[in-house]
Amino acid sequence: MSARDHILRRVRTALDGVSPAVEVPPAPRAPDRGDLVALFVERVEDYRAVVTRCAADEVEQVVRDVVGAARVVVPPSLGIAVDDAVGDEGFTATELDGFAAVVTRARVGIAETGTIVLDHTPDQGRRAITLVPDLHVCVVDASQVVADVPDAIALLDPARPLTWISGPSATSDIELDRVEGVHGPRTLHVVLVG
Amino acid sequence: MSGAFVGMPAFPTAARAALGDTQLRRNLAHATRTIRDKRAKVVAEVEDWEELRLAGAGVKEAALRDLATHLETLEASLVGAGATVHWARDAAEACAIVAEVTKAHGADEVVKVKSMATAEIGLNEALEAEGIAAWETDLAELIVQLGDDLPSHILVPAIHRNRAEIREVFRRRMGDVGRPAPDDLTDEPAVLAGAAREHLREKFLRAKVAISGANFAVADTGTLVVVESEGNGRMCLTLPEVLISVVGIEKVVATWADLDPLLRLLPRSSTGERMNPYTSTWSGVTPGDGPQEVHVVLLDNGRTRALADDVGRQALRCIRCSACLNVCPVYERVGGHAYGSVYPGPIGAILNPLLHGVSDEQTASLPYASSLCGACFEVCPVRIDIPSVLVDQRAAVVDSHRGDRVPKPEALAMRAAAWTFSDSRRLAWAERASGLAGRVISRLSRTTLPGGRAAAGRLPGPAAGWTGARDLPVPPEESFREWWARTDGGRK
Ligand code: SF4
Repeated sequence: MSARDHILRRVRTALDGVSPAVEVPPAPRAPDRGDLVALFVERVEDYRAVVTRCAADEVEQVVRDVVGAARVVVPPSLGIAVDDAVGDEGFTATELDGFAAVVTRARVGIAETGTIVLDHTPDQGRRAITLVPDLHVCVVDASQVVADVPDAIALLDPARPLTWISGPSATSDIELDRVEGVHGPRTLHVVLVG
Repeated sequence: MSGAFVGMPAFPTAARAALGDTQLRRNLAHATRTIRDKRAKVVAEVEDWEELRLAGAGVKEAALRDLATHLETLEASLVGAGATVHWARDAAEACAIVAEVTKAHGADEVVKVKSMATAEIGLNEALEAEGIAAWETDLAELIVQLGDDLPSHILVPAIHRNRAEIREVFRRRMGDVGRPAPDDLTDEPAVLAGAAREHLREKFLRAKVAISGANFAVADTGTLVVVESEGNGRMCLTLPEVLISVVGIEKVVATWADLDPLLRLLPRSSTGERMNPYTSTWSGVTPGDGPQEVHVVLLDNGRTRALADDVGRQALRCIRCSACLNVCPVYERVGGHAYGSVYPGPIGAILNPLLHGVSDEQTASLPYASSLCGACFEVCPVRIDIPSVLVDQRAAVVDSHRGDRVPKPEALAMRAAAWTFSDSRRLAWAERASGLAGRVISRLSRTTLPGGRAAAGRLPGPAAGWTGARDLPVPPEESFREWWARTDGGRK
């Protein structure tokens, strides 16, 4: 018997006479927190990420100021002009290591947890470009901010690869001292539009 | 390999050694207290935490009760999304599959993101025997691996090491396996983390094959989920060409929406954060993005044994948050090594016997590594009633000795008690004997309990194990029945 059939048979035998009917209570919803965008900003900052709020016509200027002279890679259809930025042409990991910054958009922002979620569509690019450079500038529209995790799950397409980001990478592995920045971008700068 | 550290002594012996290490006890007390406090703070933020726990427990329990169906659905979804699915009955089969896939790509090294399942099956050692180097990329796992050490906590495996020791390990060992630590390495945590970043980046950029586990596997969409902090997980899941994920069959949930309570429960219970820095999800292969060859190894290794146990089945709901370790008064004092397994603490004390049975002395000692205080059940995000399972596993240990030719002292004592209590004349005789013993012992005893009653010190023989750490009250000189007969129930 194949390992597959063996395991499935063992599972069925183990559960012989056990009713599969389980009452699953619905997960509760967090109470109304008022101004979601303000909460989102507060919670993102809590992770020691940087947040800049601006109007739609200021985005380009804000991004320019944030990236400065860094060598920047951008996804195929960012829709924001970034001076001297190089569009991703399927760079290897080693080539990406030569970029200091990346600018992307996001799919949703979650206020309750201060999380941004990327679904890696063309305005965010493939996963590698938001991972290797040390500075990630992420432009989130205020209209993309939802209240809590269940709202985000309902919006997101599981067929796409997703990256949920809550602050810069961090570790507490050495005497539980929190250190920001291990392997992912050491700086996360969220530009909140609107 | 069964996930137990080879040659570990039974819990009481290992615990005694750990208790003698004051540095270890200090590190542990600090760590468990810090994480406990953080968790309490973010859990208090969620008004309906109890309802959320019920939902999380429900989602996992429902998946387990119909596991065969969900596994078949998961397999079909994964294959539909371009992944290759393998099934492994035990550790050896799982390790062989991983080695074979790795060799098929001509790779002699793999990068790994921390995974309990691969630690459980002893994958690193198995790959090493095949000439494949497995690099741990989680900072704590790197410290453990470079120091030829054993992990001592699910969440922070190097909790028993302080910064000076970590600096030493990095300076001594990094150069042997790759980019050496810089000469000016200090023991600042940020500097040490920086050294790990440089050391590992070289490995991430060149690795062809990566190995992961998964926190959850969604049946209806074929999605795997990895929850992490450092970004090493993203590196492993994104950069290499080939990704092999070893997933215990109990990680399955039925639907994408089922992730909701779990993704809210896990970070708050685990690291005490509203959300962990990075969560990655992927469903098979995405053309042009990430690994173009994706393998999933579905692992049994004792899980179907646990599934068949009506009381113990709930242990398979575990989402490995480690909250139960941090609140456990036993874990807090002895640390993870004494449990002799990759699964320490309260969950380890039930999971190891459930997965592998209680036939060896080491595993059989684990259900006793608890005071049954119940703190673990209270914090468990998926409401595993650990104390009840512990008691049930103790019964399993006792049952496993029923056929022994030389019975254990407890078994003899219990048989004698049953014989005595079943006959009133025998009981009266026993009470007189006990009163006599009481008079003798209280005359010899040098200890008194609060309240003034005399206590027996350390008794010889089979009772030594019990009285070595406890004061046994001296038996009263007169039994209740004797007192009643003498005073006519207090009227005389
Ligand atoms: S048993 Fe519960 S508290 Fe312990 S690690 Fe598992 S999920 Fe967490």
